Amino acid sequence: MSATGAATADEGTEGRSTTGQALRRLVQGDLSSVRVVLGLIVIAIIFQVQEERFLSAQNLTNLMLQITTIGLISVGIVYVLLLGEIDLSVGAVSGLSAAVMAVLSVNHGWNAYLAIAAAVAVGAGIGFLQGSLFSRFVVPSFVVTLAGLLAWEGALLQVLGKTGSLNINDPKITGLANTFYSDTVGWIFAAAIIAAYGAVLVLGYRKRVSAGLADGGPLPLVVRFVFLSALVIAAVAILNSDRGVPLAVMILLGFVVGMEYVAKRTTFGRHVFAVGGNAEAARRAGIRVNAVRVAVFTISGSMAAIGGVMAASRLFAVNQNSGGNELLLLAIAGPVIAGTSLFGGRGSVWTALLGALVIGSISNGMDLLSLSSAVKLMVTGGVLLLAVLVDAVARQQRQTSGRV
Amino acid sequence: MAADGTPLLELEGISKRFGPVQALDRVDFAVSAGEVVGLVGDNGAGKSTLVKAIAGINPPDDGAVRFEGREVRISRPQDATELGIATVYQDLALCDNLDVVSNLFLGREQVSAGPGQVSRQLDEVKMEHETADLLSNLAVTIPSLRSEVGTLSGGQRQQVAVARSLLGDPKVVMLDEPTAALGVPQTKQVLELIRRLRERNLGVVVISHNLADVFAIADRVFVLRLGRAAGEFRAEEATEEQVVAAITGVGDGRDKGERAGEEERA
Repeated sequence: MSATGAATADEGTEGRSTTGQALRRLVQGDLSSVRVVLGLIVIAIIFQVQEERFLSAQNLTNLMLQITTIGLISVGIVYVLLLGEIDLSVGAVSGLSAAVMAVLSVNHGWNAYLAIAAAVAVGAGIGFLQGSLFSRFVVPSFVVTLAGLLAWEGALLQVLGKTGSLNINDPKITGLANTFYSDTVGWIFAAAIIAAYGAVLVLGYRKRVSAGLADGGPLPLVVRFVFLSALVIAAVAILNSDRGVPLAVMILLGFVVGMEYVAKRTTFGRHVFAVGGNAEAARRAGIRVNAVRVAVFTISGSMAAIGGVMAASRLFAVNQNSGGNELLLLAIAGPVIAGTSLFGGRGSVWTALLGALVIGSISNGMDLLSLSSAVKLMVTGGVLLLAVLVDAVARQQRQTSGRV
Repeated sequence: MAADGTPLLELEGISKRFGPVQALDRVDFAVSAGEVVGLVGDNGAGKSTLVKAIAGINPPDDGAVRFEGREVRISRPQDATELGIATVYQDLALCDNLDVVSNLFLGREQVSAGPGQVSRQLDEVKMEHETADLLSNLAVTIPSLRSEVGTLSGGQRQQVAVARSLLGDPKVVMLDEPTAALGVPQTKQVLELIRRLRERNLGVVVISHNLADVFAIADRVFVLRLGRAAGEFRAEEATEEQVVAAITGVGDGRDKGERAGEEERA
């Protein structure tokens, strides 16, 4: 079900209603997340030892702001990866969409929200187009989106015109990445998140109990609830001791939670997993496979645009480099590092956030240590390679131990 | 031939041609409720073509199909499904990355109102409940309904695929090589499951290469050879030798040329 990664250790689980099994399922289901969290802790220790500013409230707040763009783009990438496809155009699309927003806002005086909506529409339209080409003509998504990568980068230069950069001055746009809430509002957010999570757990558990399906008692749920509450309280406390909870982080969290809900709790999400797992089986089950594919690429383009808007807001500008450099590869690397499979059908939207945290921490820490980009790129590449190898090994294990 | 009155599904004079190959030649075939028919024949005898014709994947060129005594046309897979004919193909068409419940309800997920009643979300509890009911009715034991199908054994996967075909409440179930590549105990489980389908008064068509399995399970054995009906036996009265003779056409002088021709086609 959830991000299993290397977790499917054996199939010898017996009996549907033992506490041991429920605990085991909890562990198995979250194992790849646990792996990533352990990785994060190791990264934090390494950098903290060498540079004591790393875990300061100010730096952690900066880190959260730095990962919002990658995280938002990765949310869309997770959906594409769940299909077992790839979208190489997301970086260019994020740049182009942001440029469209900037031109409409700065040169044409559009209302900020309309300009943002136009940017998202551009991203969605591009995703729809690429998804349609991919599914209609059965061209590898790799090639379609590689063509897109080049074309949309050209379009970005075209839209920006001769000056090659535009400064954004509308406070509604720049406020997206530069708004911080007061301590009180931060704690209200924390209380709301904890209450909502508790309600979801309690309602879900009561429904299972009344249907006679409760297995293993409420202990795993309590553990999860306590863990998440502690995490939320710690996060808000840290953010409050610097500038406060940033709006950008709430936006990222909102998209991660919302899109995770779509992936795991809706029919559409189930169909995405099915197409990624076995497209032929999905087709025979009556799922409109091509419609699912087009929808996923539309989501990917839209999330790229939203990420681009956030990047522009943070930079107060759009320029020819927007959406360029290693943004694309980091946005794809993040979810893979955190356990979403490149082979399709396995993963969760949480990996967008976790992966962005891993990549962001490494990059942020190396910046603090003033390492050269040469070292930064090589280290990031090494981490990505390691993640892909873990994914591949997990897949091989599933294949050898999976069937009797 | 029918056990009781009108057969559930009756085919008359079914022919199907692929280019120069006459895959089916005026075949009459029937299955009744509560009856298991074993469909046997050599490679290329037309077993799969016949099943695909009934399932609406390759509609026949010629011939009549009657379902519950009514003349029907099956030209698309949906037609067969709507009539109540379910097919479990050899590749099972399961999503290995999804759990048992998700696979069973794939393409017909149950939904309930989501948060704030604004959207509809998967009703996992209802689906799991119905899955548990269905599987226990069929006496199928799966360690956990939430385990990924890819981690199940071949026999369990076959049983999940059969159980899935029952969700649409079919009247006829066709199984393509359900015991191929299964070990002895798993084969036994699957044969048990087929017996329970018969107890549910379904008409069951089982394609198999394994005559021992066919004799263990079938009420009637229907032999195809080179696209033609080559014999029909009541399982309790026939011997394996008789069926093998019908499959291979041994003892029938004119067949030698045809056999050579068939091998060329293959």
